[in-house]
Amino acid sequence: MPSFVIKEKCDGCKGQERTACMYICPNNLMKLDVDRMLAWNQEPDQCWECYNCVKICPQQAIEVRGYADFVPLGGNVIPLRGTDAIMWTIKFRNGNLKRYKFPIRTTAEGSIDLYSGKPEQDYDNLKKPGFFNMPEYPTL
Amino acid sequence: MEVEKNEFKYCEKPEVVTVDTDILLIGGGMACCGAVYEGAKWGTPKGIRFTMVDKAATDRSGAVAQGLSAINTYCGENDPADYVKYVRKDLMGVIREDLVYDLGRHVDNSVHLFEEWGLPVWKRAEDGSTQDGSKPAPKLTEGGKPVRSGRWQIMINGESYKVIVAEAAKKALEYNRKETGVEQNHFERVFISELIHDKNDPNRVAGAIGFSVRENKVYVFTAKTMLLACGGAVNVYRPRSTAEGQGRAWYPVWNAGTTYALAAQAGAELVLMENRFVPARFKDGYGPVGAWFLFFKCKATNSLGEDYCSTNLGVANQDFGKYAEDPHALTTAMRNHMMMIDMKAGKGPILMRTHEAMQALGETMTPKQMKHLEAEAWEDFLDMCIGQAVVWAGNNIEPDKLPSELMPTEPYLLGSHAGCAGIWVSGPGDIAGIPDEWHWGYNRMTTVDGLFTAGDGVGASGHKFSSGSHAEGRIAGKAMVAYCLDHADYKPELGRDVDEVIAEIYLPMEVYGKYKDYSTDTSVNPHYIKPKMFQARLQKIMDEYVAGVSTWYTTSKTMLEKGLEHLVMLKEDAGKMAAEDLHELMRCWENYHRLMAGEAHAQHILFREDTRYPGYYFRADHFYVDDENWRCFTISKYDRDTHTWSLSKRDYVQVVPD
Repeated sequence: MPSFVIKEKCDGCKGQERTACMYICPNNLMKLDVDRMLAWNQEPDQCWECYNCVKICPQQAIEVRGYADFVPLGGNVIPLRGTDAIMWTIKFRNGNLKRYKFPIRTTAEGSIDLYSGKPEQDYDNLKKPGFFNMPEYPTL
Repeated sequence: MEVEKNEFKYCEKPEVVTVDTDILLIGGGMACCGAVYEGAKWGTPKGIRFTMVDKAATDRSGAVAQGLSAINTYCGENDPADYVKYVRKDLMGVIREDLVYDLGRHVDNSVHLFEEWGLPVWKRAEDGSTQDGSKPAPKLTEGGKPVRSGRWQIMINGESYKVIVAEAAKKALEYNRKETGVEQNHFERVFISELIHDKNDPNRVAGAIGFSVRENKVYVFTAKTMLLACGGAVNVYRPRSTAEGQGRAWYPVWNAGTTYALAAQAGAELVLMENRFVPARFKDGYGPVGAWFLFFKCKATNSLGEDYCSTNLGVANQDFGKYAEDPHALTTAMRNHMMMIDMKAGKGPILMRTHEAMQALGETMTPKQMKHLEAEAWEDFLDMCIGQAVVWAGNNIEPDKLPSELMPTEPYLLGSHAGCAGIWVSGPGDIAGIPDEWHWGYNRMTTVDGLFTAGDGVGASGHKFSSGSHAEGRIAGKAMVAYCLDHADYKPELGRDVDEVIAEIYLPMEVYGKYKDYSTDTSVNPHYIKPKMFQARLQKIMDEYVAGVSTWYTTSKTMLEKGLEHLVMLKEDAGKMAAEDLHELMRCWENYHRLMAGEAHAQHILFREDTRYPGYYFRADHFYVDDENWRCFTISKYDRDTHTWSLSKRDYVQVVPD
């Protein structure tokens, strides 16, 4: 079951309407069992192992167990995603470990400035190629 | 067989929410995010309202949801005309050169935005070393040199690529919403399953109907124009991993062919739907190989150490002539073909000799540089295909010590990566020498009035990838604003009874409610078919008759005709799909869309009497590339009332000289 939830760590996102993993899963796989206040992956064979639930879980309660039909047991790949970088810990079946850190973003979250400092659109160009900020273009 | 009808006797009628807008964006991936960024800039001051509907959360939806380690289309110092030549060669000489050129001349502008917004882009330092994108360096627009992993590719630290692009799209939506005084214009977890034509014009699109996958709500959107851009088609074919691992599709498992299905049902012309992509990737995990080949100079061989693209060139040349002649100009498809010749001869497994590549690079590097290189190799997976890292960890594979197996995957239908299946659209129009049928109006509009597409939706124009899909979405977004301004007086009126459509969409819930207590196990019941089994049946038909992995991608007229018979019965059985909950309801319609995409694919392969893409599929009864008769587009049109397809040829025209 590609992504799975560790029972002891999951707190069901403290009874909010939806859990973080439910919010993010691109394939609508994560569900909250409201009686037990625990999240679970309802369709493991449709899991892409995209790790978005793992990365977003505030309790670090979600991990991935490799696809059972081709991955031998014992390995593990665990991320810790911050605002500007992500740390990865790779544990091999034989116990070897590797750690890597990679940047993920050079600007602060939420800081994107859409249009200021860019050319204004010229409606004479609306039906021509080019973008609002790129009025010139080559042609054949 | 009795026809089921939904009278909402056994399932609860959903609440109906109506939303009127001007420009409806169906999908939340790169294309739709690009469309709203560009379109809102032009359209907002004119009062044009944008609405985005995404079946997932836009921060992590679409093909880039997991991230990417490279941007595969960045022209930079290259002439877009050379980009056309590259795409034409890889797609066996049949592409829409106007669309590809148009893409090439626009794409860099989107890449520059990504970098400005915060996407880390690797840079080549003055001493020739590579720097990750967080190090201080001039931006691409300031003369910074990207790290090329190929002529058209640049390396990035792309774990948060989609989050960044989505932030800009969400802000553009917010800007548009506030300025136009709309309450809500971004709907997540809503799955569009039907397009509705205009009451007064059956060839014009007026609305779209979908449902929440979380609440018992149906959404009825009316719009002047819409962008149908919800990805390609994955898991149409029985995958190599049929249990848990079927989730580890090479392309995103949630790409359900909705783009092609809804377009076909709306009566839009599809083009080159026989095209498919069969990537050769690391076995099982389907991790990327591009950086290994291009950046780390890695070689792939059979297990005897032979370069199959060299040893099998003569055999391939006998069958496919000039397409297997120059060892330096082989298409991706042809390399697959030569790989499979060795696999069939028992010379497998095919090995990617990562250890030798790393050792060779290490000969001129310091230990510190080697460590950096090793991290770069792992990042290639961790940014975009973490599952491959899991496969290596579980198998004790360290790439600097051991080679890894390669394998051609199951087939995928797509138009933005290295394939060109999709929808026929109008082009930019400023390019000299193109036929009238390449340009009749708005850029990227389909043959259905008001219906636009981009990304995986636009056919005959592959190799766009993530950046190109964003740029193409922007091209379409701008054209849609022009459409709205030209049709300011148009008031969309739905050409179908909304209650009837909602009843149809919810039929699988009704069927389940009606029959679930007939048997003691709800999964086995003669009155219905659950989505998982519907998908399995589709995959088995496609695999066995329509050139899947079980026949080494080989089919023929007789096989296709039998396969199509099976598909027709599967389509009839779609009236008996059963859904236990809203999640399964989504799966039902996703799988119906897969079926439509698969049927289009089979019809096109049957129509085209040559093996246009050897290595992707083979017509055993036409085992050659026939340029004299078949270097042309194939066009299909679906008639929803009669469930029939009509196919025709359309001329290919070379625009960019050799």
